[in-house]
Amino acid sequence: MEANASQLVFYLLSFIIIISSIYVVTLRNIFHSALFLILTLFAVAGIYILLNAEFLAAVQVLIYVGAISILIIFAIMLTSQLASKKISQSNEQVMIGVFVCAGFLLASLGSLANTVWRIVDKPLPENNTLTIGKLLMNEYVLPFEVVSVVLLAALIGAVVLARKEGA
Amino acid sequence: MLQYLALAAILFAIGIFGVLTRRNAIGILMSLELMFNAANINLVTFNKYIGPDNLTGQIFATFVIVIAAAEAVVGLAIVLLLYRNWRGIDVDNINLMKW
Repeated sequence: MEANASQLVFYLLSFIIIISSIYVVTLRNIFHSALFLILTLFAVAGIYILLNAEFLAAVQVLIYVGAISILIIFAIMLTSQLASKKISQSNEQVMIGVFVCAGFLLASLGSLANTVWRIVDKPLPENNTLTIGKLLMNEYVLPFEVVSVVLLAALIGAVVLARKEGA
Repeated sequence: MLQYLALAAILFAIGIFGVLTRRNAIGILMSLELMFNAANINLVTFNKYIGPDNLTGQIFATFVIVIAAAEAVVGLAIVLLLYRNWRGIDVDNINLMKW
């Protein structure tokens, strides 16, 4: 019964993800596609919850839905004066894009079907957030510190890039 | 497990399509975010089904999210700079470094 329910939720979420991500890449109005991007990111957070990654789902909602999409919407509004709806938002490569995308999809689905997976049937550690915190502070403390330096570099880089010349 | 991997493959393919066909630089950045999400779904799926002893995959996915945030910040700063200098963010017109 529970397996059936999670199957149902999975199919619902993947339907939302696929439809809204197709809207993200094809809609003519870039602002609407940003809104569909937010919907996609929410549904991916739901997928994380189905996969017992509660911490990651919370991080997804906080950072992607809360920060990155707001940033993208800001950038769209700052640059929107020229983005009239009449201009086509896609270039002449639509056919090539369809071919490349279908080729990638066929190749990856084929290799998925042909691989023998060694599935380990064990539950994940209890207390998801606690385990992640311990891992980050013990085994992965060096990447954790390096990533903070990366964030600082990105912050300074963005400020240097976006400020006005001579200001 | 296969269903999650198939979903990630479909999402990644849609992201590739967006990167190849969008004209607007912000649209390309949004398609990139879709591809990051597909990779993250893969990491979390493998963590649950292949290596459930510890949470290495979820740690990795957290780092991917952080790096994606940094990438979005720098990318959007570049987009604003392009807009200021070219009065448009159509990537077909931005061929200054192309020979």
